[in-house]
Order: sequence, then structure tokens, then C-alpha cells
Amino acid sequence: MKIIELKESVTVSNDRDADKLRQKMLKNGVCLVNIMSSPGAGKTTLLSKTVSDLKNDLTVAVIEADIASDVDAVKFEDLGVKSIQAHTDGMCHMDAGMTERALDEMGYSNTDLIFLENVGNLICPAEFDTGANLNVMITSVPEGDDKPLKYPLMFSTSDALVITKIDTLPYFTFDTEKCIERVRKLNPNIKIFPVSAKTGEGMNKWEEYLRQNLNK
Amino acid sequence: MHEMGIVTHLAKTLDELAAEQKIVKIGKVTLQVGEVSGIMTDYFVDCWDYFKVRHTVLKDSTLELETLPAVTFCDNCKKNYETVKYGRTCPYCGSGETWLITGNECIIKQIEAETEDDRNGEKNVRTDEMR
Repeated sequence: MKIIELKESVTVSNDRDADKLRQKMLKNGVCLVNIMSSPGAGKTTLLSKTVSDLKNDLTVAVIEADIASDVDAVKFEDLGVKSIQAHTDGMCHMDAGMTERALDEMGYSNTDLIFLENVGNLICPAEFDTGANLNVMITSVPEGDDKPLKYPLMFSTSDALVITKIDTLPYFTFDTEKCIERVRKLNPNIKIFPVSAKTGEGMNKWEEYLRQNLNK
Repeated sequence: MHEMGIVTHLAKTLDELAAEQKIVKIGKVTLQVGEVSGIMTDYFVDCWDYFKVRHTVLKDSTLELETLPAVTFCDNCKKNYETVKYGRTCPYCGSGETWLITGNECIIKQIEAETEDDRNGEKNVRTDEMR
């Protein structure tokens, strides 16, 4: 046997697949948005509201990644947008291969914006590139303003952060300024949107950001 | 907690490499794993042994893991220190403005491989011996 020196990251095959997928989406005029958060941060509620607001003038679709069940995909079908449930079979994250299979299965032609609702988890999704054009992280007020200290990688690899459930600020000791300061320390260029999907506060700016990032 | 996910990617990367370089069998695979990468080494090896049998080229492979030390840089006093011992707070000046420099990696350092050519070579040797 001979020795072959490699010196490359274990995830290099995924990184290559992810770059190919990103190019494919660009060519097709699709903006693929990877949404990551811990379980219960309000991904589905934020997306439902966002999809309702955008679906009249944009073609929107949703990939729901979960370990099991299709409860979330059904919610989006009820909203009248294309949706597919991707099961990760126990895996704690989506990778580029799984994302591409879900996209091919669902169909993505003539679609402006596709949300990939990643598995609720703040660790693994940060390490596996899905091939998305935008990586968005969600953190909610009840989770506390110290999340950036506990999960630095997720905060430093995201393009945007949405702070959800700001209508609950009076009930929690969440210091928005402190949270933003901690996030900016990890990632000076990140765009931050405090919102309440329930009251609609702040949703305009977040939706405007998505519109600006369409691949048109 | 994401050892299984990494194992599937490692297998895929090696499978692609095998196809590219006409490798028929992979022996020892040496990985460099950062001290704070969150990878549990024993569990990682178990996952590998469970998964490798699905790939002909990998079924006789073994994993060897080398640890890469974690080093943190302090933005305030510009010194480096051991991450595992001191965590996020700089032991020299007490600042929390610190950044991990190394320790989060998982790199394939090298592999032992047998290629189609090697195998054909061996056959030739045997034919010679028979004569």
C-alpha cells in the first residue's frame, strides 16, 4: 500500500456539492435561503407570516427538513405555496446532497424564493453547507440574550439574524442591545432584524432584505 | 453529537477519491481532529466501523485520530493561550475578547491506499514466481 497525503477537510465532498448547487440556483434565478435555529425559536411561524406577505407578488416555496413527520409541510400547502417535506432519517442537519434531492423532487423552475427550514439545532447545521445563497439564523427572545456566547459558530457563519417574538420582551430579561453587541463581535457584517411574526412588527424590513437578495 | 454525519461525508469523500485515482482498497485513514471540535473520538471510530462496510473500498479500513491542540488568541493583550485550560477568558489580562485560532478542525491527513496498478503489479510478481 502507498500513502496518499490529502490534508483536506472531511466535509470537502459536501463543500463541492454545495458550490455546484449554489451555481445551479443562481443560473435558474432562484434565491435559496437556509433558515437555522434551535427547536421552538419560531421558524415555522416566521416563515408562515413571511410567505403570506410575499406570495402575492413572488413565487415562493418551502422545503421542510425534519427528522420525522410532515406537520410543517402541510401548513405551507394550506397557505397555497409549493412545499416538500425532507426527512433527514435521524440526521441532525441537512447537507447539500439532501437539499438538492429535495429541490429536484419539488421542482424549482420559475420560483423566486425557496426557504429551506433546516433541522432545529444550533450546532451541526452551521458546519454543513447546504448550497444556500443566504444563511439566516433565528433566535427568539425567550431563549435569552446569551445564545451568541453559547453557539458562536452559528452566529459567525450566518448572513442575517432574525430575533423573533419581540412582542414578549416585557416578560423576559432579554437585553436586545447586549444581544446585538455580542453578535456583532462574532460577525461584524451580519444583518439583524428584530421582529414579531404575531404583531407584524419589524416584518417589513426583514421582507425588504429578502427582496433585495433575489437572484434577478 | 454529529459524528454520524461527519462519517457519511468522510466515506463519500474517500469514495470519490478512490474512483478518481483508481484505488481498490483503503487501509489506515489518518484524521486530525481539533481538541474543541466537539467530536467524541471513541464514538466516531464506532460510527466508522458501523458505516464503512457499506463501501467495498473502505470495508477493511481503520481510523487513526490525531488530536490538534486548541489555541485561543486574545485581542486585548495579543497573546495566545491554551483554550481547554482557560476557556474564553484570557489568563494574562482577563479579557473576554478572545478568538479560537485552531482546534475546531477535522482534516483528512493521509490514507493508505492500494491502486489497480499496485494489484496488477502483484499479480505479475506471482506469475513470475510460478515460472
